[in-house]
Amino acid sequence: MTGPVERGPAVLGARGVTRRFPGVLALDRVDFEVLPGEVHALVGENGAGKSTLIKLLTGVYRPDGGGLEYLGAPVRFAGPLRAQRAGIATIYQEVNLLPLLSVARNLFLGREPRRFGLIDFARMHREAREALSGYGVHVDVRRPLRELSMGARQMVALARAVGSDARVVIMDEPTSSLEPREVETLFEVIGTLRERGIGVVYVSHRLDELYRICDRVTVLRDGRVVHTGAMAELERLRLISLMLGRDVADVAGEGVTTFSGEHTEVSSEPVLEAADLAARHRLHGVSLRIRPGEVVGLGGLLGSGRTETAQAIAGALPLDSGRVSVLGVPVRRRSTAAAIAAGIGMLTEDRKHEGIVPGSSVRENIALAALPRLSRFGLVSERRVDRVVRVFMERLRIKAVGPEQKVEELSGGNQQKVLLARWLALEPRVLLLDEPTRGIDVGAKAEVQRLVDELAAEGLGVLLISSDLEELVEGADRVLVLKDGAVVGELSGGEVTERALMAVIAGEPVTAAGERAGDGAPAVRGGEEVR
Amino acid sequence: MVRAVSGVRPRVDRATLLAWTRDYGVYVGVAVIVLFNIVFTPNFLSLENFRVQAVQVAPVLIVALGMALVIATGGIDLSVGAVMALSASAIALYLGYGPVVAVLVALVAGAAAGAVNGLLVAFAGIQAIIATLALMIGGRGLALVLVPRLQGIRNEDLRALGSGSFLAVPYVVWIAAVLVAVVVFLVRRTVFGRGLVAIGGNRRAAELSGLPVRRTLLLVYVLCGVLAAVAGVLTTARLQASDPNSVGVLIELSAITAVVVGGTPLTGGRVRIAGTIAGAVLMQLLVATLIKHDLPPSWTQMAQAAVIIGAVYLARDRRRT
Amino acid sequence: MWRDLFQRHGALIVLAAVVVAAGAGLDGFLTAGNLDNVAVGASFLAVIALGMTFVIVTGGIDLSVGTVFALAGVLAAWASQYGSAAALLVPLVVCGAIGALNGALIARAGLAPFIVTLASMLGSLGLMLAVSREGTVTHLVPDGLALTPLVHGRLLGLVGHPVLLVVVLFAAGGVVLGRTRWGQYVYAVGGNEQSAALMGVPVGGVKAAVYTLSGLCAGLAGTLNAVWLGSGVTIFGIGTELEAIAAVVIGGTLLTGGYGFVAGTLAGVLLLKVVQNVINAVGGLSSAYQEVVSGLFLVVVVLAQKWLSRPGAAAPTAPHGPSGPARTGAP
Repeated sequence: MTGPVERGPAVLGARGVTRRFPGVLALDRVDFEVLPGEVHALVGENGAGKSTLIKLLTGVYRPDGGGLEYLGAPVRFAGPLRAQRAGIATIYQEVNLLPLLSVARNLFLGREPRRFGLIDFARMHREAREALSGYGVHVDVRRPLRELSMGARQMVALARAVGSDARVVIMDEPTSSLEPREVETLFEVIGTLRERGIGVVYVSHRLDELYRICDRVTVLRDGRVVHTGAMAELERLRLISLMLGRDVADVAGEGVTTFSGEHTEVSSEPVLEAADLAARHRLHGVSLRIRPGEVVGLGGLLGSGRTETAQAIAGALPLDSGRVSVLGVPVRRRSTAAAIAAGIGMLTEDRKHEGIVPGSSVRENIALAALPRLSRFGLVSERRVDRVVRVFMERLRIKAVGPEQKVEELSGGNQQKVLLARWLALEPRVLLLDEPTRGIDVGAKAEVQRLVDELAAEGLGVLLISSDLEELVEGADRVLVLKDGAVVGELSGGEVTERALMAVIAGEPVTAAGERAGDGAPAVRGGEEVR
Repeated sequence: MVRAVSGVRPRVDRATLLAWTRDYGVYVGVAVIVLFNIVFTPNFLSLENFRVQAVQVAPVLIVALGMALVIATGGIDLSVGAVMALSASAIALYLGYGPVVAVLVALVAGAAAGAVNGLLVAFAGIQAIIATLALMIGGRGLALVLVPRLQGIRNEDLRALGSGSFLAVPYVVWIAAVLVAVVVFLVRRTVFGRGLVAIGGNRRAAELSGLPVRRTLLLVYVLCGVLAAVAGVLTTARLQASDPNSVGVLIELSAITAVVVGGTPLTGGRVRIAGTIAGAVLMQLLVATLIKHDLPPSWTQMAQAAVIIGAVYLARDRRRT
Repeated sequence: MWRDLFQRHGALIVLAAVVVAAGAGLDGFLTAGNLDNVAVGASFLAVIALGMTFVIVTGGIDLSVGTVFALAGVLAAWASQYGSAAALLVPLVVCGAIGALNGALIARAGLAPFIVTLASMLGSLGLMLAVSREGTVTHLVPDGLALTPLVHGRLLGLVGHPVLLVVVLFAAGGVVLGRTRWGQYVYAVGGNEQSAALMGVPVGGVKAAVYTLSGLCAGLAGTLNAVWLGSGVTIFGIGTELEAIAAVVIGGTLLTGGYGFVAGTLAGVLLLKVVQNVINAVGGLSSAYQEVVSGLFLVVVVLAQKWLSRPGAAAPTAPHGPSGPARTGAP
């Protein structure tokens, strides 16, 4: 798109903000600013600190260090409402509106036009129609919001948030559930906002979009700013390397993971075969096969369909079509129980919401999925549970006071090992690991990686999903790259290098990667040390 | 780092204290009230008094056992009082076929009522409060339709069940004890029991682990219904009358109180049978003590209301606030 | 369109059908005397259900209103010895306070509405027993109380004053819920508390207010009932909360909150009372059938609402979207 219309001093800025959560430094002295009339991309992988930064800017969190500046003066918002009233509008990924109320009521809640103390519905509906037509939404504003498409709802949210007095609009993954046509409308609206001199913070993982509408970009990684600059001047490959934390030039170097490298691949029948997995908006015909003893990596950016692929195989995602078979035997019923019975185990990415049962003991958590096999006639055999729990606590070196300790009291790494133990206790044939080392400490990470090697050596088929390129390159024998819910590339054997992976993710021909790698720009890792 | 830790400590201590109060406060409460009675209440330490208290607490305890299971899954069952009424009316209707048939029909009625709740909750996906509220409204009405007014029960076997003893312990207490043992066994030793706690703790994780979530929920509500029906049978046997109009009125509140006072949070994911027993006993002794000391029933009700609010306040889930 | 029609006017349609059927099949149903009977009998429940509508629209529930209703009756009869003003004010103040306490515990302490109001049901029962000396005394409304002729009066000799009051209160309630900003807040809280808070709705204040309102409505209904009967009967009204909830839900208000209207509640109350009248008229049926009918209605309506709201939920809103909360999911 065209360049910025006008530039003044920053309308909203963060100056060296720091934010801690128990055990995590989510933001570390981050500087960030939005100029009036610019669209500023904020990018980073999961856990980079994007959402924390957004929550700081919108008054949900208060910084532990540093501060915010708004319209040229230091400011401290007492809550999201204050920030909103001051003129900072936020559009969340999940639209925060009221589906049962009418479109117009949603639009005007709290500032309804009134006459004699009562709401003037005629005027409200008229104004709502006018306001929404500016966003390409032509609907009966008296109908409940839930009857609108996701895109239209998003426009209503945008119209509400922007209102008449917003100075900054923050959009968190606004296009994730939009149809292409709706995306176009959104971009037109963003163009209008820019012309009005409103600063837009745009969070997205869709690179094409970023390059189309953003003027500048800030890349966050591990709670720090690793790059800020003009969007057009940052090459795709370099952007990806910044996000994923891998220097383009630093590819041949020694890895720091504890993977052993190639696995003894047996060229035999695939242990797992998934074909044409499709689910509306999520997956578009993903196929893959895993042989015994093979670790297949699944790469791609956040939202590319990696997690959904694993869920589909494990029977946890309703599918429009697709087949899954284990050792040639189709998994008939699409349920988690059927997948488990067939020998598929899935370690979920979201430990807290989909993994641990927080109030229960380590022992109960390990035995959970295997309970049917550790029991007879519905009676749990404590002896067998004890044995399994002991074996896996030892093998995975789970650090707990004892098997009776509550799992919520353990560190993230040990919780992850407990969950791994839960699946290993099932003696699965295939293990789907979704970000197995995210958010856990270095020691646990190394142990988990070593374990993946061991399991493959024992003949298990492993699907490894990771945002950590190094982990993929060193851990996987073969890597499939996903984008927008479809496989866009496959690398195997010697082709599996970080450079090649990044190139595939960026959508560039693999051969070009080598040439681009040389051009220097300050080393990514160096950037952190300097700060 | 050191500073950070020391800054956090008082809060941790307060949290531990709260957690301790929530988990074990009920036993302290029972101990205090027993000591108070030993000192101030004449004839408290008599065998007869113990029997009276035990017989009186038994129905509430039995209902509370089922309620504890339901609450452990993160649900609630408001219909237990109505189910007791249904069970009482079934006794009156079917006593003609003999006491065994009558009791069986009463239990089946309880199971059916529980199944209705369970189907609405587990399969239709309706909130537990709402689903069980419907039966709370309609169940007692149905019981009254079947048996419009108090009906005397003249049957030796049922009389014996209500008032007889074995080894100087009333049958009613024996039955309560056996049911406690059964529920403890279910919770501790069976896949079903382990599963229901996991469902309450993290339903999504339970589903992803391949547990039969819906079937388990259905079974839990059926069990709760059956236990309420047992309480209805015992109450009828003890009264020697079937009184659908007043049997089990407000027992849902007593049962929920016993469960919550006993340290099971309303959010589910835990079940404490021993605590539930202590909770039921505590509420029973509280009422008995107030009555013994000539405080009118109005006071005991207000005191109960205060204890309930206090217990729920202590047990509320801090992580979510 | 059909969905809207049923959700908004389902109770009214069924009511019309029942009235027509009863008018055709039962002698003496469509007489002025009988209809007046139904209307006056429905008016006390209607007042309670009005307050309950507000509570349920916020997604809450108030199980204490039946007992509060009874308590108000006893208090009114007791206070009537000090005059009409006392007979009106004492129960309203006490019941308003109970409602406010419910509201405070639910809104500020974040406790579950059903357990709080269940406990205050017990507390109100105790209070009522205390006022009636453990149920041994039935306070009588003295003859010549200024309030009595007011309650028993008829407009133009036709419409009973309680019925008139219901019409006025529901009109006011309809305006407040449908046409004021505060009314929109009530819907917003029931629709989604977090969204509502982000949209600037004072969630805690709204919740506290609706429970207070519910307490006041139950208090007013109890007071009027006592004056109507001439005494404060202790057992009258226990269990009314279930009838009120049933009426509200039958009237199309979602028990999950965020949707509903007071006119539907009025239709729901009338439907329940007409059915009750028919049951009484058909010989040999006890009034307990009424509860069975209420319970059945409730199940059917809730299932129907679940069914009706299904197609609308077809839009893909993933509970566990592609980019779930990362490690920053702390407070």
